[in-house]
Amino acid sequence: MDFALPTQAEEFRTEVQQFLTEHLTAEMIAATRDGTIHSPALHRAIADRGWLSGAVPAELGGGGMDPVELCVLLEELQLHQAPADALGVAVVTVSMILEHGNDFLRSEAVPRLLSGEALGCFGYSEPESGSDVAAARTRAVRDGDGWVINGSKMWTTLAHIADYVLLLTRTDPEVPKHRGLTFFVVPLDTPGIEIQAVSTMGNERSNATFYDDVVLGDEWRLGDVNDGWTVMKTALKYERGIAGGQFPSPPVIEAAVDWARRARRADGTRPLDDDEVRHKLVRAMIDVEVCRSFAYHTAALASEGAMFGVEGSMTKLFASESYKKHCAWFLDLMGADGLLTHDDPGSHMDGRVEEHFRHAPVTAIYGGTSEINRNLVAEGWLGLPRSR
Amino acid sequence: MRTRYSEDQQAVAEAFGDLFAREATPEAVRAAEAGCGFDPDLWRKLVAAGAPGMAVGVADGGGGASLVDLAVVVHEWGRRIAPVPLVEHAVCARLLAAAGVGSRRHLVASVASGELIATLAPGPVDADGTVRLVPAGAVADIVAARRGDDIVVSRGQPPGTARPNTADLPLADRDLSDAETVASGAAAASAWDRALAEWKALMAVAYAGLAGEVLAMGVAYTKQRHQFGVPVGSFQAVQHGLADAATRAEGARLLAFRAVCAVDADTAGGARLASMALLFGAESARFASDRALQYHGGYGYSAEYDVQLYYRRAAAWLLQLGEPATEIAQLAETDLGAKARTA
Repeated sequence: MDFALPTQAEEFRTEVQQFLTEHLTAEMIAATRDGTIHSPALHRAIADRGWLSGAVPAELGGGGMDPVELCVLLEELQLHQAPADALGVAVVTVSMILEHGNDFLRSEAVPRLLSGEALGCFGYSEPESGSDVAAARTRAVRDGDGWVINGSKMWTTLAHIADYVLLLTRTDPEVPKHRGLTFFVVPLDTPGIEIQAVSTMGNERSNATFYDDVVLGDEWRLGDVNDGWTVMKTALKYERGIAGGQFPSPPVIEAAVDWARRARRADGTRPLDDDEVRHKLVRAMIDVEVCRSFAYHTAALASEGAMFGVEGSMTKLFASESYKKHCAWFLDLMGADGLLTHDDPGSHMDGRVEEHFRHAPVTAIYGGTSEINRNLVAEGWLGLPRSR
Repeated sequence: MRTRYSEDQQAVAEAFGDLFAREATPEAVRAAEAGCGFDPDLWRKLVAAGAPGMAVGVADGGGGASLVDLAVVVHEWGRRIAPVPLVEHAVCARLLAAAGVGSRRHLVASVASGELIATLAPGPVDADGTVRLVPAGAVADIVAARRGDDIVVSRGQPPGTARPNTADLPLADRDLSDAETVASGAAAASAWDRALAEWKALMAVAYAGLAGEVLAMGVAYTKQRHQFGVPVGSFQAVQHGLADAATRAEGARLLAFRAVCAVDADTAGGARLASMALLFGAESARFASDRALQYHGGYGYSAEYDVQLYYRRAAAWLLQLGEPATEIAQLAETDLGAKARTA
C-alpha cells in the first residue's frame, strides 16, 4: 500500500499550477458572475495544452492521460476555482461519440469539440423527469430518412453558448421505459430549437430547451435506435472519471480562514482566536482530507484498470454534503457580515463565503442526487434490496 | 501508488482475520470484560504468531515488518475489538527500539517477543510520580511516559485490575516514580511525537475496522429481521442511514491507511494526517455503531447482542488517548497558527 502520488504526477501538478498562473486570471473568475461558468479563453488554452483530448480514454483513441494525473488536473482546477465546467462535458461528449457514433459524427463533431472550438451540453433531464432519467418523454419520430423531434429539456446548462446538445429521446413509447430510448447529437442552431434561461439561487444560469418539430438527419443519431439506455450508461461511466467535484470546499475554507484572521469582534479579538471558529475550520480541513483520500483512491483504481463504481458515489455524496455543511458553518460564524454579497464593497473577499453558501445545494443534486447515491451505496456496496 | 493491499498484505489480512475471528469471539470479548479487559490466551497466540513485535527491526528481535503491514493486522484487530493491547504494545516496542534503549537489549527483545507487555501513557506524570488511566495499564509490565523533557520507562508489576470504565478497557493508574530516563531533550521529543503519530494512525485503522464490522452487523441484521412483512433493510430510511455510515467508514479507512503510509514514510504532514484520521475514524465508528444499534431496535440495546460491545469501544478508544478538543486544538495550531495571547 502506498498513497503517495508518483513523482510524475507531482511534476504534472507543478505544470498545471504554472499553466493556471499563466492562463487563469481573476477577471475570468469574476466574469462567471454573469452566471455562465465557462471561460472560452481558458477552455481553448486547456485544449491547446492537449488536456481535453488527453482526458479521453486511450481505448477510444484519446490521449489516455493517466487517471492519477487527470485527478491532479481536476484537483488543481477546483482549488484554483477555474471555471472549467465545459471540460468534463466535452470529454464525456467526445467519449460517447467515439464509442457509439458513426463516421459522420466522429469527423463532424469530435475535432471541433477537442480543439475547444465547439462546446457540448447534456439534454437528459426534463421538466417531468430528473433522477428518473429513463422516463424521458421528448419524442423522436421517424420521418423518411430522418427524424422529427418534439419535447423539452430542463437543466441544459451551457446550451446558450454550446454547439451541440446530447439529446435523450423516446423513440418507442410502447415498450418498457429503458428500451424505447434513442440518443442524438443535435446542433443547437437547428431550426425549431428555443433556449430559455433558467436562473438559480446561486446566480448560475441554466437553461430550458424546447424542441418544436426539429428536423434532423439520421446521421446525427448516436448509437442504435431504442438502445439509448446503453449510451446513457456509457455517459455515466465516463462521467465518473472526469466529473470532478471532489474538492468544492477548499476555496470557501480559504475565505473563512482569511476572514477569521482579518475580522475584529466588538471586543477587539480576532475570530481566529475563538475556539469554536478554530474547531470548525479544522473539522472542515479533515473533511477535505477525506475527499482527497477518496479522490486518490478512485484514481489509483482507475489507473490499475480496475472498475470502480460505488466509490464514485461515495465520493460525490461525501464531498457535496460536507461542502454544504461547511458553507453553513462559515456563514453562521461570520454573522451579518457573512450575508453581504460581492455587490457590496464591504463584503469579505468579494462575498465568497456567501456565494458558496448559495451554490452548495446544487452540488448535492446535479450529476446524481445524494439520495440516488445513497441508494447506490445501499444496493451496490451493502447488498441491501432495491428500495424503489 | 497502490491504495489496495499487496498480495502479501492480503494474505496477512486473511491469516490474522481468521485468527481473530476464531479466538477473539464476542464470547471471548465478554469474558475479558468480566476480568480486567484482557485475554491472556489470545495474547499468547499473538505472541506465537509474532504479531506484537512484527514491526520492530530484526536486529532488535522483531519481525522487521513495516508500519503499514502492522496496520493490516491492526485493522483485523479492530474488526474483532480483540481484548489485547496490540496497538499500545507495538508502538511502545518501536519507541523503545528507536529511542536507543540499545544498552538494555534484553528489555527490548523481551518486549519485541511479547513476553513482556508494554504500553505508553499519553498523559503526563504527576508530581507524585503517578500517571492516571494508562491504556493497558492494568496488564502492562513496561510503561513508557513523558516526564518533563524526558522519555521515562518503568518496569513494574501490573495491578491486574482495571478501573471500571465504559468499555471495560484495561485502564489503570500506574506509579512511575521509579521510572528510568531513556531519552532526553530533542531526541526524546521527536521519538515521542513519532510514537504518538504511529499510535493515532494505527488507532484510526482500528477504528476503520470497528466501523466496517459493526456496519456489517447492522446490514446482516436488517436483511434478516422482518417487520411489517418485509426486511427492515428494505426501508429506504434505514438504507440511507447505513449508506451514510458506509460512506464515512470507507472514507475513514482510506484516510487512516493514507496516514499510516505517510507516517511510515516520514512524509511531512504525516502526524497531521494521523491526528485527522484518528478524529474522523472515531467519529465514523461512533456513527456506524449508532446506526447499527438503532436499526437493531431494542435488541441492539440488549447486552445479549454484540452491537453494544462495539458502541462502547467506539467512544472509548479515542478518549483513552486524550480529549478530542485537545487534538483539534493541536491541529489548529498546525494549520492556523497559535492563538493570540489574551491580556
